[in-house]
Formats: sequence, structure tokens, C-alpha cells
Amino acid sequence: MDKLYLDHVSYVYSAGTPFEQKALDDVTLAIRGGCITGIIGHTGSGKSTMMQLLNGLAKPSSGKVLLDGYDINCDVNDVLEEWKKLPEYSGMSPRSAKKAIAAKIKKTRAKLCFRVGLVMQYPEYQLFEETVSRDIAFGPRNMGLAEEEIRQRVLEAAAFTDIGEDLLEKSPFDLSGGQKRRVALAGVIAMRPEVLVLDEPAAGLDPLGRTFIFEGIRNYQRKTGSTVLIVSHSMEDMARYCDDVIVMSGARVIRQGSREEVFAHVDELAETGLDIPQITHLMQLLRARGLPLPENIYTVDEAVEALRALLGLGAK
Amino acid sequence: MKGISFGQYYPADSVIHRLDPRFKVILTILYIVCTFLCKSLVGFAALTLSALVLIFISRIPLRIVLRSVRPLLMIIGFTFIINIFWSRGEQLITPEGWPIRIYAEGIWNAVYMFLRIFALITGTGIFLTYTTTPMDLTDAIESLLTPLKKLHVPVHVFAMMMSITLRFIPTLTEETEKIMNAQKARGANFTSGSLMQRAKALIPILIPLFVSAINRAVELSNAMECRCYHGGDGRTRLNVLRCNGRDWASLAIVVLFGAGILLLNGVGIGYTLG
Repeated sequence: MDKLYLDHVSYVYSAGTPFEQKALDDVTLAIRGGCITGIIGHTGSGKSTMMQLLNGLAKPSSGKVLLDGYDINCDVNDVLEEWKKLPEYSGMSPRSAKKAIAAKIKKTRAKLCFRVGLVMQYPEYQLFEETVSRDIAFGPRNMGLAEEEIRQRVLEAAAFTDIGEDLLEKSPFDLSGGQKRRVALAGVIAMRPEVLVLDEPAAGLDPLGRTFIFEGIRNYQRKTGSTVLIVSHSMEDMARYCDDVIVMSGARVIRQGSREEVFAHVDELAETGLDIPQITHLMQLLRARGLPLPENIYTVDEAVEALRALLGLGAK
Repeated sequence: MKGISFGQYYPADSVIHRLDPRFKVILTILYIVCTFLCKSLVGFAALTLSALVLIFISRIPLRIVLRSVRPLLMIIGFTFIINIFWSRGEQLITPEGWPIRIYAEGIWNAVYMFLRIFALITGTGIFLTYTTTPMDLTDAIESLLTPLKKLHVPVHVFAMMMSITLRFIPTLTEETEKIMNAQKARGANFTSGSLMQRAKALIPILIPLFVSAINRAVELSNAMECRCYHGGDGRTRLNVLRCNGRDWASLAIVVLFGAGILLLNGVGIGYTLG
């Protein structure tokens, strides 16, 4: 089963006013569990709106959001008939069963934000605590974990995001931009979400800062086997870190699939104003001139390998 | 909250939208005076009619205008009840000997008060908030207060402060929403718990909000200085306010309306306020 499934989801801002605006228009997509999926699209293509639907912060105007097959916005009346047959509720009177189901739904919804961790755009603006470690602990504390467990999770999240022990007792406001970003990321990772959703995680960072952030994300994904969703408009980063890619344009999904499948449709991407990675483009130009290079080259390292092989120099 | 700017400006193409904002400020004041001049039944009928006509001319849907009355219903209801039960008059409606005494005058007072508040809200709404952008409004106020410059009142600075404030209300609202969402995503709970817990729950919002507001202020002032902003002296405008015949005509209409209300006060049908 797909980890996340969006079933004909639409989202309209300020419906019924002159400011009405469609942010998502009948979007259907599937996100595989246990891998990194990139969502690419221009500003205003509906990417950021979509993220907020995934952990229940916003509700779709129509359509369903399924997490592990469970409709996260479901209502008692939607599921009553089906759930009543479950052994859990079978012995109950219809009224108390309905009550129990409603309670269950409410509880599931409250826990949703811990299962689907959301890292907003420019997350460093959400830091508020006196020390870095206390800020990272905010999420786990809201989960109601024991102090010892919280401490452990803070250290674990700090390790994933490469935050040194010396930083943990500093004020988050004394850190550099890149460090703040990593602290904010750690704050979400510390909740150990099954699905980690990030909105432009590297926006406004220098190349080193970008690498740090993406390596942290990949570390987390590899070690925990969780599902990661990255929203970005940087093709380079997508090509480098993502397994699957979803392309959005004008509130719609125009293509989804594995990295190779999506990048094979260069023309289509160019039409929506998105670029393929520069190195991929260069390799294509070389191929057009007759060099026998493979098609699926997305990083400079891969290009180096391919060119060395072509020149008969062997692996580095 | 999304997409709605402060002041509930409602974009439409109407005569009132196109009036000079300075005139609209004056018209609003005159209209408020009119509502208070009104004393007789016929006068209030004319006032209510004028409010409805204004809504019609401005092409703003009635439900939008009524929506702005809704938050004030509590106050209106309260004054209504106070007026009914506490007004003293001559015509007692309730039978002699009842513990509660309601006079006909009390009911008239209450109805008139209701009509007055309704006209007041629609009048200011139609002339100002719905049809004038906040920027136009501050320009108008700056222009109208220019004479105060002679008394060394920093009119331009006040106007600039006001427009920056208005400009940043939606920005900060959006920012608050973002921060709230970010903290909610980390499991923060703002809606349950004791009063103390809820107050504490606001800290994760307020601190980032203040930090970013202060940063924004610093950035804005730097950006203004970089563009050589140094106060109002010798500054010219991109959009110069100009009034034309239509503006003067609207002013004349409202003044005549006020005079009409004064005349109608003399018509002795129904109850007339003392």
C-alpha cells in the first residue's frame, strides 16, 4: 500500500469571496513508503498548500488524504458502518460504539502531527526556547514522553542534523542561519515521524548549508526507514537526493514517477518552466553530438564516472 | 483570514469607489453628524433609506455589509434592552402595578438607537472601509491634516507610521498563522487546558512573532534609508489626489441630505426624540 495517497484532492482559498483562489485542483497522487519523494513546481503551483493537508493542518475542500489507507479527515458518520463490525466495537450498543469511534478518530487526529512531521518553509522562525536542546525537546514534550526518553531523542536528532554538543546549551538566537535551520529540522526529527515533510528545506542557504541539511535528511531516512517528502524547486537537489519525483504546475500534478521516468521528459519540464539539472543537460548536449553517454546522469559524480569510463580511464 | 486585507476593502467599480478619498473622509464625518441630527420618525426613515441607497450605489453585496454589523449585535442588543427597560416616559405600556415598567418612549428610543447604529456602521463602512484602500485612506488623512504642519505637528511622519502599520497587519497576520501552524505541527495545543496553560501555550507564538517583527522593522528602515528616505520635506507623490466635479457634487448631496434631515425633524408623525 502507498504510504500517502491523495485522492482527487482540491483546495480553495477564501471560497465565496472575490479573493477565491484554487491552490489544488483535483490532485491524485501516491507516495511510496520508505523512500525520498521530491515535489517540484513553481511558486504558486500548490506545493506548499499540499503539505499542510498531509498532517491535517488544513482540510481539503474536496477529496481524501489517506495515510496508510486511513482517511485522516474522516468523520464518525463516514466510517461508522464499517468500523462497527470490528471486534473492538462489536459488543457495544450502537450509541456507545459511535462514541468510542468518535473518540478514537479524535485521538488519531491529535497524534497525526507526530506521525507526519512537517518542517515549514524558513523553519528557523519557529525557534523560541532559551536553549537549543529545549527547543528540540518541544515536540517530544508535547507527545508526553518521559524526561529520559526526551533527552535521548534530542541527542539523536542533534546527531542526525550534525548539531554539536557545544551548541545544545546555546540560545537558538545566537546561531547562524544554517545552524538555526538544522535546529528547527531536529525539532521535528526528534518526534521520529513516520513521514517527514519538508518545504524548501534548503532555501536561502549557502551550498555547504544545503549539503548539511540534505545529508541530515538522508541520514534520518536511511537509519529509520521513514518516508520523506521534499518540496523544492531546485532540480539539482531533487536529482541528487530523491528516489521519486512529482512535478506540479498550476495547482495540478503533471507528472509523477521515479526520478528516471520524470527526467526523461525534458521537453515537458521545460514547458512548465522548470529546468532539468545542469549536468544532465550537459550530458544530453554531449550525447546529441554523438558521444555514447548514458541517459540517467543527474549528479556531477555520476558524470565524472561516465566520462572516465568513456575515455577508458576506469573508475576513480 | 487568508487574502482579506485589513479594513475589508471590497474591490468593485462604483461611483463611491472612485470618489476622492479626502472627500470620502469628510463625507463620512458629515454622514455621522446626520445620523445624530436625526430626531423624528420621518427623519429616521430617510436615514435608513439613505443607508440602503448607499449600499446599492456602492455595489457591495448586502450580506457583506450585514456581516460587519454582526460583531456589534451584542452592543446593539444591550443598548436596545437598556433603552426599553430604563427609559422613563409618559405612556406606560405594561399594566399598572407590574414590577417592570415599559414605556412607549422606551421602545421608540430603542428602535431609533438601533437605526442610528445601523446607519452609522453602513455609512462609515460604505464611505471608508469597503470602498477605500488603506493606502488611499492614509494619503487622504495626511492631506487633510496638512494645515497642522503650521503648528509643527509631524503630519507626514504620522501618516507614514499609519500606512506602515496598516501595510503590515496582513503580513503579521500571515506570519502569526505560519508560526501557529509550525508549532501545531510540533504538537502545540492552543485550544484546551486551563487559562494558565493556554496563556503559556502562546509563548511559542509570541516570541518568534516579536523577533520577526523587530527584524522586519530594522530591515524596512534600512531599505527606506537606502532609498534616501528622509521624511516628508520636498517629497512628491506617485498618485496625486485630485478632486473633480463628482466629488463636489457628492459633498453637496450629503450636505443637502443633512439639511433635509433637520427639516424632517419638524414633521410631527410618530415619536420625536427630545
